[in-house]
Amino acid sequence: MEEGNKIPKSASSRLCCRCNERKPALKRPKTLEQICRKCFYEVFEEEIHQVIVGNQLFKAGERVAIGASGGKDSTVLAYVMSELNRRHNYGLDLFLLSVDEGITGYRDDSLETVKRNEVQYGLPLKIVSYKELYGWTMDEIVKVIGLKNNCTFCGVFRRQALDRGAAYLKVDKLVTGHNADDIAETVLLNILRGDVARLSRCTSITTGEDGPIPRCKPFKYTYEKEIVIYPCSYCKNLNQNHTYAYFKKLDYFSTECIYSPNAYRGFAREFIKDLERIRPRAIVDIIKSGENFRISTSTKMPEQGTCERCGYISSQKWCKACVLLEGLNRGLPKLGIGRSRGLENGNGNRKDMEQNGDVRSIESKQCGSLDF
Amino acid sequence: MHLTLEFGGGLELLCDSVKIHNVDVELKKGLEKLTMKDLLAWVRTNLIKERPEMFMKGDTVRPGVLVLVNDCDWELSGQLETTLQEKDVVVFISTLHGG
Repeated sequence: MEEGNKIPKSASSRLCCRCNERKPALKRPKTLEQICRKCFYEVFEEEIHQVIVGNQLFKAGERVAIGASGGKDSTVLAYVMSELNRRHNYGLDLFLLSVDEGITGYRDDSLETVKRNEVQYGLPLKIVSYKELYGWTMDEIVKVIGLKNNCTFCGVFRRQALDRGAAYLKVDKLVTGHNADDIAETVLLNILRGDVARLSRCTSITTGEDGPIPRCKPFKYTYEKEIVIYPCSYCKNLNQNHTYAYFKKLDYFSTECIYSPNAYRGFAREFIKDLERIRPRAIVDIIKSGENFRISTSTKMPEQGTCERCGYISSQKWCKACVLLEGLNRGLPKLGIGRSRGLENGNGNRKDMEQNGDVRSIESKQCGSLDF
Repeated sequence: MHLTLEFGGGLELLCDSVKIHNVDVELKKGLEKLTMKDLLAWVRTNLIKERPEMFMKGDTVRPGVLVLVNDCDWELSGQLETTLQEKDVVVFISTLHGG
């Protein structure tokens, strides 16, 4: 497959497979095509447009919030959404919605990026914070619970925070920048954890239609590699002569969250990246497998109801956020995490616990007795 | 050989938070060419100040790190076998962070 050894560095023996005029700049992982930068931009934007139209993600006149963290996916999403909205007249009212988890040295910096995006793209911005909503910042939470399971808290709280922000903005939909790599990781993660309920939902391009605010993922089939390459500009290039530079370098923030290294998802991510190297199509193929899973009718699935404490959507008596908050406020940081004993309110039931891959419990299990 | 190396996507943190490095790489004795493989080894020794496993895995870059040579994906020029010339620009971007 790799003919690299025979191609001279300038790759002059090949031209872009689409226009046949320009030198290729990128090898697309999805199709293995060699494509020049201009064609890449066109194809990238057109494919996203087709995903939006083909899956009927929006209706004209809708108010749509873009979940914006300042990172690469959401910045490119904000740019592409506003560009396509203009070019194809989707007729949408777009907003930027950001969550401030209260992580010093990480979130405060990335929020500066979103504030710049607000100006650069002309989209109104709303920021919601954990402190306002829950009375706790992530820094405070980590001080209490330590460095394991942070992502469990943060992820659960963020989901609700986005819904509350979206309700405040009175939007009809929320879009997030989850890309193909993310979704493939999620499929694997849910298989590894035996989380059948999530497995059945995680590949849907639109979710939560029966909940407060539906959310969709226009980048569902877009490779992370392409999202990263998209904003790179020609400006720094010294050797070549290009006549166009319509693409301005997109401003995004890129550092790993300081609390993330222990997240279980990291293992799935490493694995997906190794797979991509050997067979790049594996990512979209995993998504396709995920889309075609059917849950056996004899499997008991959780029923959806509402949280008794806050009214949020929940399959248990209390929603996860309330359980976690209760734990924090009562000084029981393990409440709702992994296996717990002796809980009075019955929220530490099996289904709950299975949804949290507590890394510590893997290490302490004897070989052959893993049942998380 | 004079080259310009750029680190993005958070990789700059491994090189004292400096994004752009103008470097002069010595070729191995007797060799006239510099390949990406040689360059990577050189970078790991000379520029990466901490956590080298975030940049490289074995002989090549860690999966999830993109490499562009003169704005072109290195997959087009042979990855590790890509030969470099004077004044080339090599960009390393990590994709492994939140979006």
